[in-house]
Amino acid sequence: MIRFEDVGVRFDDRREPVLRGVDLRVDEGEMVLVVGSTGSGKSTLLRCVNGLVPHFSGGTLSGRITVDGRDTRTHRPRDLADIVGVVGQDPVAAFVTDTVEEELAYGMESLGVTGDVMRRRVEETLDLLGLADVRQRTLRTLSGGQQQRVAIGGVLAAHPRILVLDEPTSALDPVAAEEVLAALTRLVHDLGLTVLLAEHRLERVVQYADRVVVVQNGRVRADLPAAAMATSPVSPPVVDLGRLAGWSPLPLSVRDARRAAGPIRLQLAGRTPVRVVKPVHPSRQHTALLSARALVVNRGRRAVLRGIDLEVNPGEIVALMGRNGSGKSTLLAAACGQLPARLGSVRTGGLDPASLKPRQLVQHVGLVPQDPGLLLYGETVSGECRAADTDMHAAPGTTRTILAHLAPDVEDNTHPRDLSEGQRLALALAVVLAGKPPLVLLDEPTRGLDYGAKTRLVASLRLLAAEQHGVLVATHDVELVAELADRVVVIADGEVVTDGPTDVVLAGSPAFAPQVAKVMHPQPWLTVADVAAALVQPPPLAV
Amino acid sequence: MTLAHHDYRLPRLLHPAAWWAWAIGLAMAANRTTNPLLLTLIVVVAAYVVAARRELGAASPFGAFLRLGLLAITLRVVFQVLLGGGTPGRTVLFTLPEIPLPSGSSGVRLGGPVTLEGVLAATYEGARLAAVLACIGAANTLASPRRLLRYVPATLYEVGTALVVALTYAPQLVDDARRVRVARRLRGHGGRGIRELARLAVPVLDSALERSLNLAASMESRGYGRSVHRDARSRRQATALTLAGLSGVIAGVYGLLDGSPAPLLGLPLLIVGSVAATASLAVGARRDPRSRYRPDPWATPEWLVLGCGVAAGVLMLVAAQRGVPGMVVQTSPAEWPILPWLPALGVLVALVPAWLSPLPPLRAIGPFDGLQDELQDVGATS
Repeated sequence: MIRFEDVGVRFDDRREPVLRGVDLRVDEGEMVLVVGSTGSGKSTLLRCVNGLVPHFSGGTLSGRITVDGRDTRTHRPRDLADIVGVVGQDPVAAFVTDTVEEELAYGMESLGVTGDVMRRRVEETLDLLGLADVRQRTLRTLSGGQQQRVAIGGVLAAHPRILVLDEPTSALDPVAAEEVLAALTRLVHDLGLTVLLAEHRLERVVQYADRVVVVQNGRVRADLPAAAMATSPVSPPVVDLGRLAGWSPLPLSVRDARRAAGPIRLQLAGRTPVRVVKPVHPSRQHTALLSARALVVNRGRRAVLRGIDLEVNPGEIVALMGRNGSGKSTLLAAACGQLPARLGSVRTGGLDPASLKPRQLVQHVGLVPQDPGLLLYGETVSGECRAADTDMHAAPGTTRTILAHLAPDVEDNTHPRDLSEGQRLALALAVVLAGKPPLVLLDEPTRGLDYGAKTRLVASLRLLAAEQHGVLVATHDVELVAELADRVVVIADGEVVTDGPTDVVLAGSPAFAPQVAKVMHPQPWLTVADVAAALVQPPPLAV
Repeated sequence: MTLAHHDYRLPRLLHPAAWWAWAIGLAMAANRTTNPLLLTLIVVVAAYVVAARRELGAASPFGAFLRLGLLAITLRVVFQVLLGGGTPGRTVLFTLPEIPLPSGSSGVRLGGPVTLEGVLAATYEGARLAAVLACIGAANTLASPRRLLRYVPATLYEVGTALVVALTYAPQLVDDARRVRVARRLRGHGGRGIRELARLAVPVLDSALERSLNLAASMESRGYGRSVHRDARSRRQATALTLAGLSGVIAGVYGLLDGSPAPLLGLPLLIVGSVAATASLAVGARRDPRSRYRPDPWATPEWLVLGCGVAAGVLMLVAAQRGVPGMVVQTSPAEWPILPWLPALGVLVALVPAWLSPLPPLRAIGPFDGLQDELQDVGATS
């Protein structure tokens, strides 16, 4: 169906080619997972399939790519629109129309599908993706999961035979991601669609893949999932656990791992993870860095937060979880004074953040927004760092030093836009930290981060907590929460549903449990690191 | 289109062009009179139809247009008070201190006596504009311009797409600007002042540019502008025909609305323009490989709505041409306006769609009721 023959891609502004010597063959009906660290060339590989590279992106393509017999050198993306459908990371950016039905029909209109066929296919697609209830709605009013399903439906309705998806679930909460992936696997099985999928959160998809393509330094290797995972630079926790325990074949799903985990569970029976236990409600000697009391915050007329009680203390890392639209970002916005409290109160270090002058605010609280680019205005990294020193009233060089610590490999002359997601996040975090705010807020920091960048982020946040900063992270990423947080607060519909220690909250909920917890259930292990630490320690003496 | 579409009792969205034609007819009527009673009647008719046939939950710019109309009246009166001129009058209400202007600027003055006649004339003029604005607001509310844009002629498809994209992007750009400004606080700045504005422009434009690139990639990979194998000459012909036709229509409508230069120029130009536009539609559509999803049918209710609007406009036109008393209220000397019954009846014709046009689907269901009620509702209106 898709053939890459000795393909290389080179962009003029880069020294190294992005892809080289790629030979790849994807057969009809396969579901192929593309993995690799950020910047490894995954997206480029995917965009080659329908000719967006090089027709749209520029650059030089060598070798030959044929899709269903059509050469992408002579066929532009629009000429391949009837065989290849492409869904990007940000569904909103790809919407052309503004209601669900029209968006589903748009591709078919361009292809000139006749009216009654079009009508029928829109109805089918609405059912297939469970969108019938929202068919008349405006796209902007939909939830993230619904938007992503509309984006998939929009290309699907045109009946392509190949579906290319670039990180379709990275912006979604676990449940919405399940929704999208369930729809996808159904498509593969029912319609025999060929799917090419890139995803950072391997734990969500690797078990569905027929083959895995690993992209590393511009080179490509295709293998069966288990074999590919054994040597892949990125791997989900369940694979890491399998590698640690030496299981063969490597488990790819929780189900496989659980069946293999009998011995290890026996070995660890009766032991508990060595966790640095911090008091959840410490003595009241110091003021909490953040305290919300019966906080109600409106966006427009709608009360998004409906009476939140929350505290973040020095040295504590708190994870804020909840589905898309439950009010996580609103809570963070209120905590740094972007939205006023309508009822109740919010205090950072005893002061109302909304009443603070911007200059004072940055010394109390710092927020890294979902799109870190919002904080960056400079032309170069070094310029950005200098500006941040002035903005935050820090000694010259402060930001650069922090950045060197967070991400050692960032070059001075790079434009912030050209940094990888992880590097850009590090830069934004460095800018925020230059003001030495006691309270640091992060909104969805792992969006688009690979496992390596995530590990570095966890390390730097732990260091902050050790220096008695308070950290509040809003995230969907349960694996991150398992590794990072001391306490988890789950909110739904603007109210706190759960507030408790990480292991209790995560292990107790099927939607929020990390993979290791599911494998080791009912034992209280959350991360591979916990298990590894316990395995090297001698078992406790029998009493 | 099925037979059911001819029955106004089937709830559906009316073809947007029908509502726009209706509103233009009503606006034409408003433009032919300065009688405040007739103008009020027109605004009331527009408001009633909007209230009765607006789709629930959709954006309603009608109120904004009404406020704009009030602003037009206020501005007109304020300028009249400050600058005077225009209507001669003897009933002095009060006198503002006059600022002497250099000689030679005849007819223009600052301050001075304010006459009842002048204020009345200004109010009526402003009210006429306000009524026209109300009609446009009604059209915007009853059928969003975005839906109307789906029906741009195939030859102007690219222009139409650009307009639709612009309509989506303008609010998003405002959103972006707000987000960036809020984020600016996180760097210890207020986000106010000229220098700040310059700094904010970069990220806002950056993200706008990135978004357009994303959208372009998405449209390209979904087949936008896909090999339309028509030869360049016929395409140019069709485009020229369309542009000429549309300009004809616009000029004709303008002629009809304005009425002052040569009233007869309006109608012929409109007809010629319509013919040219229709011809270009035929030429363009024949070569257009694109298809359209669920086009709104054009059936009896559409003709009815269009007819009611046009009737109101034409009746007023005729009345104005015949010099029916009461169409123009005398301001010098000022007298009470009377309600001329024939033009008033004409305006009331435009009220008919409030009952004899299909209910929009959501309104027919009602916000909380189910299908059962929908059926009853259809029965009730009949």
